Amino acid sequence: MSDKRLSEDEVVAELRSGMTIGIGGWGSRRKPMSLVRAIARSGLRDLTLVSYGGPDVGVLCATGQVKRVVYAFVSLDTIALDPHFRSARQSGSVEDEPWDEGLFLLGLQAAAWRVPFLPSRVGLGSDLMRLNPRLTTVRSPFADGEELVAAPALELDAALCHLDRADARGNACFLGPDLYFDDLFLRAAATRRFISTEKVVATEDLLGEAGTEQRLRIHRAMVDGVVERPGGAHFTDCRPDYERDEAFQKEYAAAAASAEAWASFRTDWVDLAEDDYQARVAAR
Amino acid sequence: MTATRAEVCVTAIAECFRGDGEILANPIGTIPMIGGRLARASFEPDLLMTDGEACLISDHAAFAWPGGKVVEAYNPYRSMFDLVWSGRRHVIMGASQIDPFGNQNFAAIGPDYARPKAQLLGFRGAPGNTVNDATSYWVPNHSPRVFVESVDVVTGVGWDRAAAAGPAATRYLDLRRVVTNLAVLDWETPGRRLRLRSCHPGVTVAEVQAATGFELVVPDQVPQSRLPTPEELELIRAVIDPEGLREKEVPA
Repeated sequence: MSDKRLSEDEVVAELRSGMTIGIGGWGSRRKPMSLVRAIARSGLRDLTLVSYGGPDVGVLCATGQVKRVVYAFVSLDTIALDPHFRSARQSGSVEDEPWDEGLFLLGLQAAAWRVPFLPSRVGLGSDLMRLNPRLTTVRSPFADGEELVAAPALELDAALCHLDRADARGNACFLGPDLYFDDLFLRAAATRRFISTEKVVATEDLLGEAGTEQRLRIHRAMVDGVVERPGGAHFTDCRPDYERDEAFQKEYAAAAASAEAWASFRTDWVDLAEDDYQARVAAR
Repeated sequence: MTATRAEVCVTAIAECFRGDGEILANPIGTIPMIGGRLARASFEPDLLMTDGEACLISDHAAFAWPGGKVVEAYNPYRSMFDLVWSGRRHVIMGASQIDPFGNQNFAAIGPDYARPKAQLLGFRGAPGNTVNDATSYWVPNHSPRVFVESVDVVTGVGWDRAAAAGPAATRYLDLRRVVTNLAVLDWETPGRRLRLRSCHPGVTVAEVQAATGFELVVPDQVPQSRLPTPEELELIRAVIDPEGLREKEVPA
């Protein structure tokens, strides 16, 4: 019986520059931020990020480690746009691969089901077809003959998600309002599927923690490593464990104002060990 | 009781949903969320509406439910696409730019997409929304910067672009109306070019045209947008938006 517990740095040691990394959560909600911070402290570069984007994308754009962003939006929820991502786009420093947020689901699902594409009406007539070079159309082989969009499989080299509770083997549950697309991210990567969690519990306690088996949506065949990190999603929303730290998020957003502001934020909140980060957050 | 401009806008949004029946009314933005609630609380009682997160709720209040929510169903993000792609939704989206044929942009501004002057929301769900469902738009700041002859990026699909893309794109395309702080517009013209449907009280046709960066189709007689009834005003002020958030989006 395998114990899959790892540290953030052990997860990062499994990643390589140039990889395509899928990150779970949604906007500024239940993002695996301790893993993102560990990447930000690493020498990894030229990453392609696949995300329902929030500060995961913004932080790694600010550190200059992103080559390409595969996304439908990058939002902080209470702040409509992540300003670090905006700066990266407006300076032309990241490649942009736009998707529709539903088509994106189909791309992840295609990768999870190991098929090259799934058909959809989504994208027809829009500039997605012009601006996303991976999108093309496919004709229905049936009598209708409709020409539809082929959503290509979004295959991932690694997937990172944050769940509320897990056991040491990688079974996990969400406790908040929505799983988002975390299960699809974990299935769209064939290997290197990592979760962080607020708390590791014994397997026999997992159902009690979840309250209902309908929340036990991640099982151990979907997960290669488990990082126990209370506060691992900070500063994003991780209800019911904690709400978004809006004051902190405002400081993060304000740090996009200048290179000096970012350098200062980076020293205070990125270039430090995660234990120190959590202690510093607790002392605020 | 005299209705404010914001309350006229709320009423015009509510009118967008008239006749929609038992589908998801999915208005995005402050005044749209109030207008959708107004439609359901009065003349379209079968509409479904969300709490902005993962549930469909039957409450008339638009933004806060201090006494708890009445949840009708669980509707996480993934389920939203089941609604959208099966055609059981009428969405009201914003638009940073919109052209005469209803092509919408809220992704990026500027001629070079690889290095935009302003990165905005991204494509979000606009391509899928427009080719699958009834779609209307809400523009709280009617101006020539928003109503442009040609958008920089097509996120939401207009009539002409859908026609060029073929029958799979036009099959379910259903662009309904644009409600702004000045007027209501639609595409009920033979050429599917934007038409002035009504002006809000106190606004002239000339003012609307001057705030639009292309020539509108203007009928000989342009009616006035209707005022909310006393019952509707009471619902807006006492039940749906007691905090008065509507007045912040469209100040008097």
